[in-house]
Amino acid sequence: MQMPELTPNLMFFGALAGLAALTGVGVVALRDPVRSALSLVLNFFMLAGLYFSLNAEFLGIAQIVVYTGAIMVLFLFVIMLLNLGGQKQSIEPRDFKVPFSLLLGFGLFALIASQLFQPLMHITKVATPSDWGSPQNLGVTLFTEYVWPFELASVLLLLGLVGSIMLAKRRF
Amino acid sequence: MDSVPLVAYLGLGLFLFTTGAVGVIVRRNPIVVFMCIELMLNAVNLTFLAFARYSHATGGAATEQVQQSFMAGQMIVIFVMAVAAAEVAVGLGIIMAIFRMRQDVDIDKMNLLRG
Repeated sequence: MQMPELTPNLMFFGALAGLAALTGVGVVALRDPVRSALSLVLNFFMLAGLYFSLNAEFLGIAQIVVYTGAIMVLFLFVIMLLNLGGQKQSIEPRDFKVPFSLLLGFGLFALIASQLFQPLMHITKVATPSDWGSPQNLGVTLFTEYVWPFELASVLLLLGLVGSIMLAKRRF
Repeated sequence: MDSVPLVAYLGLGLFLFTTGAVGVIVRRNPIVVFMCIELMLNAVNLTFLAFARYSHATGGAATEQVQQSFMAGQMIVIFVMAVAAAEVAVGLGIIMAIFRMRQDVDIDKMNLLRG
């Protein structure tokens, strides 16, 4: 396969993807959990940009609102409550797991990449309609074909709500 | 986005997933382990969206089934987000409960269930 020519689209993708990969490594490599969390926030913003580049506008907005707005705030709140930031107990000793898991990671990457990428190399053109990610399309599909999974998701969220309240109130 | 090959998105998703998997093994702070799980979920979301976006390009007519399949990619991302929200709420509750009990959050020392 020849290298695709360097269009502005590709450069935009490269910038977002490079930052996403960098911040993803930062989540694992940074020792302070607060820095890991902030790195993950940046990573979610980059991923939202990538969703926009795939014309999935609604999911890009939902990514920012749900992940960075709700989930990461919850993470930072728990880190603050546990008072973990910048203390000695957040410094983790390095041991044999690190080279072992790096080897495992490289192996996983190489295995999937070698099997998956070759048959998909030729696909470079999108052909879905460009309004496939509009809130209208998503809403119609969600409330017609996917209405039962939607209702089940509401039950799951209710269970999560009740379960987390129970866990937070119980005295051990 | 035209002219960006599908494998570029898949490669990024695979890289982020692998990073998250390595992080789950390496890190000892359960909160960071949770963040790595979130990273893996997001990598899978990106892969689903990329496959759905490029699904027509594999050739063949835009039949009803193909129409459903590329909306299915977005639907599953929505459900993954909902499940992730519930999972984080419960998981962080468990971490808080364990921290109250032990005053320590090193998951390599949590061996209460060891036989």
